[in-house]
Amino acid sequence: MSETILGIKDLTIRYSSQAVLQVDSLDIQEGEVLAVIGPNGAGKSTLLLVLAHLLNPDTGQVLFHGKPIQHENELAYRRRIALVLQEPLLLHQSVFENVAAGLKFRGLPHSEVKQRTNEWLTRLEISHLSNRPAYRLSGGEAQRTSLARAFALEPELLLLDEPFSSLDAPTRARLLQDLHTLLSQTNITTVFITHDLDEALLLGDRVAVLLGGVLRQVGRPQDVFTAPSDGDVAAFVGVETVIAGIVASSQNGLVTVVADDVHLEAVGDIPIGARVWFCLRPEDITLSISEGSVISSARNRIIGRIMRMTPSGPLVRVVVDCGLPVVALITRGSANEMKLQEGQSVTATFKATAVHLIPR
Amino acid sequence: MSSDILEITLLSLRVSLLATGISLFIGIPLGTWLALRRQLRGRGFMLSIINTGMALPPVVVGLFVAMMLWRSGPLGSLELIYTPTAIVIAQMIIATPVVTGLTASALQQLNPRLRLQLLGLGASPIQMIFSLWREARLPLLAALMAGFGSVISEVGASMMVGGNIRHHTRVLTTAIVLETSKGEFQNAIALSILLLILAYIVNLGLTIIQQRGTR
Repeated sequence: MSETILGIKDLTIRYSSQAVLQVDSLDIQEGEVLAVIGPNGAGKSTLLLVLAHLLNPDTGQVLFHGKPIQHENELAYRRRIALVLQEPLLLHQSVFENVAAGLKFRGLPHSEVKQRTNEWLTRLEISHLSNRPAYRLSGGEAQRTSLARAFALEPELLLLDEPFSSLDAPTRARLLQDLHTLLSQTNITTVFITHDLDEALLLGDRVAVLLGGVLRQVGRPQDVFTAPSDGDVAAFVGVETVIAGIVASSQNGLVTVVADDVHLEAVGDIPIGARVWFCLRPEDITLSISEGSVISSARNRIIGRIMRMTPSGPLVRVVVDCGLPVVALITRGSANEMKLQEGQSVTATFKATAVHLIPR
Repeated sequence: MSSDILEITLLSLRVSLLATGISLFIGIPLGTWLALRRQLRGRGFMLSIINTGMALPPVVVGLFVAMMLWRSGPLGSLELIYTPTAIVIAQMIIATPVVTGLTASALQQLNPRLRLQLLGLGASPIQMIFSLWREARLPLLAALMAGFGSVISEVGASMMVGGNIRHHTRVLTTAIVLETSKGEFQNAIALSILLLILAYIVNLGLTIIQQRGTR
């Protein structure tokens, strides 16, 4: 079992007496990448500033290797970590000087500063920009410089606050891939803040969901995405169909849930009468127009009328009114072949195993 | 007259450079402190006082310092009235609010998150402040130029506390007033041109430093 590098205990941050962040406990293990996801204003950046000890908590402690960080040891602590913020915040100096900045703060010998700076300029593929003034960099180059500046410190803990959110999509995709490679090569313990689920899935060994200043779920990505702990987490991680229902029967691991007179089947072991959230991801729902009986292994078939169709990239989001709104995600090609249009009657099909039940 | 010119010019330079130098030692740390302490109680009030101080009339400062330094005044025993030191004190009082106010505004223009970024890279508080000064070097040198400009050109304070004594406290501006009142306009104009050249040379030097390494 790996060691806990950083821990949080009973932490609260208040702004004018209102708690904006409340984390009872969070442990960051050596070598892991913890992705913290949440919508804007959830307190993600505040959490990162607390972890960097740049914001003092109103109550609670941040423990580094089990010892609380206090005013006396905060400089020593900050010299073992590195921080990358959303904006690159480079100094008005050359790229080289920027990457070397943290090493110089640590008073390392000149030759070592030079060697490590050059190494990380190369690893982030910006060595050709070494002498360029920072104000003449593109957004992607500036963020690469900011990452090189942090990696050059060879920190025990890397704190990243949405480093790619202001970049265009292709630049972001490349940089994300490069960061993924670097993190797996260096094995640096990392806390990565993002509001983007794809980034969290790619980078995170574990995912922490922060909603309204409270950590709602921490776990492996597949657990958080397929088995969200409550309705809010489910909605945030993209389980778009969340139906309130009551368990009507339960036997042999198969559960029937009644919601608004619709009977739905799911896999689970929940007692009869329990109130549950019935959660479905839109990509797990199949739409068909043949009203005759098609033999299929899918346990759930419900007929409804298309309420709304919204194209999104190569896909179309279809909201079907089956007595309850069900959201399906299908390809544009399928939608065209089936000549789907709003108001049309369709059958929504999904497997009992695709359903995730959350007690409510 | 002409033999006196060098002496007067050198005294002007010496007094004003010294006064500006002292005002930097007070104004830059004070301005930095006011800029960085966002949650400081009464910070807005202090900044408004400093900004008012930037418009202090030199003659009022001169009167105030003279009253302090007069033989009968509270600091009379120091026997500083009508000495170059008295001019330095008065000019320092004129330049300090200028340097403080412009330092504060120079640092407030920086992105507030830059401080967090620098600390997050392991900068000590002192290293963080030096980095911020370096980032704000253009407006900080402008603060220095404004401070020097405000004292090399003032006449009221030098006259009140220095007394325009030949070979002792006569500086370029007080000499210009004297020559004008004597009707020696040629001398007054020559001294004025000399003063302008002097101010130009100092500011040229500072401007070269300021613009070096920028686009």
